[in-house]
Amino acid sequence: MSFLELDGVSVAFGGHTVVAGLSFSLEAGRIGCLLGPSGCGKTTALRAIAGFERLAAGEVRLGGDRLGGPGVHLPPEQRRIGMVFQEHALFPHLTVAENVAFGLRGQEPPRRARRVSELLATIGLERQGGRYPHELSGGQQQRVALARALAPGPRLVLLDEPFASLDADLRERLSLEVRELLAAAGATAVLVTHDQHEAFAMADQVGVMREGRLVQWGRPYDLYHRPGSPFVADFVGQGVFVPGRVVGDGQVEIELGRLRAQAPAPCPRSGCEGGCRVSVLLRPDDVVHDEGAPLRARVVAKAFRGAEFLYTLETAGGSRLLSLVPSHHDHAVGESIGIRLDVDHVVAFHQPPGETAAGPDSRP
Amino acid sequence: MPAGAERRRGPAALRGAATAVGALVAAPVLTVCAAVLAPEGGETWRHLASTVLPDYVASTAWLCLAVGMGTTVVGTGTAWLVTMHEFPGRRAFEWALVMPLAFPAYVLAYAYTDLLQFSGPVQGWLRAAGWERPLPDVRSLGGAAAMFVAVLYPYVYLLARSAFLEHASGTTEVARSLGLGPWPAFLRVSLPLARPAVAAGAGLALMETLADYGTVAYFGVQTFTTGIYRAWFSLGDRVASAQLATALLGAVLLLLALERLGRGRARFHDATGRRRPGSPGRLRGWRAAGAAAACGLPLAVGFAVPAAVLLRLALAHAGTLPPGRFLRLAGNSFSLAAVTALLAVALSLLLAYAARASRSRWAAALNRVAGLGYATPGSVIAVGVLVPVTRLDAWLAGAIEGATGARPGLVLTGGIAALVYAYLVRFLAVSLHAVEAALARITPRMDDAARSLGAGPGETLRRVHAPLLRRGLLTAALLVFVDVMKELPATLVMRPFDFDTLATTVFALASDERLGEAAGAALAIVAAGLVPLVIVSRQIARERRPAGAAQGAPALGAVEVP
Repeated sequence: MSFLELDGVSVAFGGHTVVAGLSFSLEAGRIGCLLGPSGCGKTTALRAIAGFERLAAGEVRLGGDRLGGPGVHLPPEQRRIGMVFQEHALFPHLTVAENVAFGLRGQEPPRRARRVSELLATIGLERQGGRYPHELSGGQQQRVALARALAPGPRLVLLDEPFASLDADLRERLSLEVRELLAAAGATAVLVTHDQHEAFAMADQVGVMREGRLVQWGRPYDLYHRPGSPFVADFVGQGVFVPGRVVGDGQVEIELGRLRAQAPAPCPRSGCEGGCRVSVLLRPDDVVHDEGAPLRARVVAKAFRGAEFLYTLETAGGSRLLSLVPSHHDHAVGESIGIRLDVDHVVAFHQPPGETAAGPDSRP
Repeated sequence: MPAGAERRRGPAALRGAATAVGALVAAPVLTVCAAVLAPEGGETWRHLASTVLPDYVASTAWLCLAVGMGTTVVGTGTAWLVTMHEFPGRRAFEWALVMPLAFPAYVLAYAYTDLLQFSGPVQGWLRAAGWERPLPDVRSLGGAAAMFVAVLYPYVYLLARSAFLEHASGTTEVARSLGLGPWPAFLRVSLPLARPAVAAGAGLALMETLADYGTVAYFGVQTFTTGIYRAWFSLGDRVASAQLATALLGAVLLLLALERLGRGRARFHDATGRRRPGSPGRLRGWRAAGAAAACGLPLAVGFAVPAAVLLRLALAHAGTLPPGRFLRLAGNSFSLAAVTALLAVALSLLLAYAARASRSRWAAALNRVAGLGYATPGSVIAVGVLVPVTRLDAWLAGAIEGATGARPGLVLTGGIAALVYAYLVRFLAVSLHAVEAALARITPRMDDAARSLGAGPGETLRRVHAPLLRRGLLTAALLVFVDVMKELPATLVMRPFDFDTLATTVFALASDERLGEAAGAALAIVAAGLVPLVIVSRQIARERRPAGAAQGAPALGAVEVP
């Protein structure tokens, strides 16, 4: 049995269902993540786990205890679930040390002080214990909020867009730091974010949410390479869809050639052997630059990424592709370059999802 | 996240109690409005219209025009000087310029009457210097306007100053980089941006002007407030006084509407609280001296000179007001102010928490209702409170007589309770504003954080809310306290028989030409009025520091449009 279990959880506000039938489970010591665009209900789901929102249906269990469900609603202060908020929500009238100590009740002062200094050392703020929150930088506040949540030794830690108020550099560094801190504390955690990089950097298991529903739950690798729907394919990572045709035997034909699927069926619908039309996902790393290749495509736009270029290419047939190319291959816009397809997992959807579900500019 | 995630329903009891408070605050204003519909109303109105009304309208309009222009020029000018320039004494002027607010206009009127009267020191010196013609009489419409400008310009100053500070760094620099000189930049960028703030400040000054009774009564200027008072007391005509009150209320509502209209949809105030003080241009030579003089003059007229006059008078007449009587008056003022302040804070907490729990339009409407009371002149509120209370009293007396046969007389009218009620109607908005500002700093997420750390609702209230609210509540209580200390018209109308406060005594003594005896008590009122100004000036000093340091200070409610 898993440590955290959500079973058909629904939350509604005034008749409007915000989270519908959410089910997933997480092993102890793992970090899970709910990923989705804003307004998809992911924060509400998190607040339901914490006990700030009542369930309209379903059940939340932690370590086998029912926290919420039909006729059960344990108030948040009795759940032993720590939470880190987007705005950090540090208490402005308390010092850093007092903030961290807030949840350490019923302990003798020396023990409490020891625990606080231990945590402050872990987050690298041992000398800032006497400061007030507004005297800290955003990143420091973020770490204090985490230390405060970890201090009482919660059974589960929830993080609501914990890095959203920080700038991009800090975000990347802190997400790794926080992951290490959580791992060191042996904590089980659920994170909510709209940023796929953050989700991939931190989480063992990621669930993509859309309009209150969980559309896919799995390892980051699987979400990226085996998206279950065009929405997930679009939301996690870049790529384009090109039209194709199933030619049977797990093979798909597209303008650029024939793709052989290593994974199971390339098309989610059965009975496609007859050659039904599909959309095929091509990630930028599926399109490899190779000067010797017979296939040619024209450079339409390019973006320098440091180690590599992200080229937007156009084939003779008018399809647009994205390609990641090591940055010493510096080609001018308008130039024609050789490409080769290197597709491990053929991802094809029966429903043509519009011309370019994930255009070149749709993702950073 | 959907807005729905933020919403939670407040307990019905809290909501009901808050609605009751709102109804209590609105009742006097509604009563006054209803008086227009009284059966004998039409005739009274025709009588008023053919006799005194034209005078009231004319003098009130002239007064408003003069005060509006005067406060705008003085307030905007000084604010522009201290925010955009550097000259000797600028730092001191920046906070000292609010000090005239400590003077109730009527106290200033007494000081200047003493200073400028025929037998007073100024005319004495002038005669000694060979100047034979008499000075224009300060006890006139023009004199009253001057008094109001002298004590009320800080409203414009404060709001214009923060508007200039907000825009100073960014927009002025942009204008300069686009080729505008400092003066054109002021005229074309800073001034238009500050215009709503200036209008709001002038609006506040005008509301105070309309509400004033002490100054205009002393100077013999016929305005609506003196008319209401005369109709009530000398003529015993309640309908007439209520109708005059309605007319005055109409003028106030017109002002409020104009102010809203002027503000429009534009948001001229930056709520982020992020302010980067611009680099003020340094003035030298005669320009610097001119700037210092321009700031020094209003300060001298509105504070230093009258304070000196009162001090001299008080010393010369030391002991004329027996210490025992003075202490009793101060005790009366103090206890009225303290009781009102406590009640106001308690009711504000109720309203603020109800609003926090529901976040609905209904809560915003309640807030507006409380704001209406603040805009309503004390004389109007007095009429609005007395009319229903006397009716209730008569009913009570009848009921008691019917039940016991005893004649209890009037129980409520002329009691402290009715007076405190009137104060609450008038000043609840002041404390509500301060309490809400303090409560706004406690985000719902902080509650959630405390709960997730194991603190129940009670513990959250004790460990998070109480310490964060303490200062805001104190500020709220102080502001109401001082406002009640200074309040004159409602106190005059509603105080119990033989019950005097510092303000009513100062007014009575001054009306009897016994200014010397009044000086000590007047100084006591001014001293009390200085307390909230200390808060304002500390805030001003804090604003110049880097962002974040100002977090501890709740906004001062009294100087913001409720």
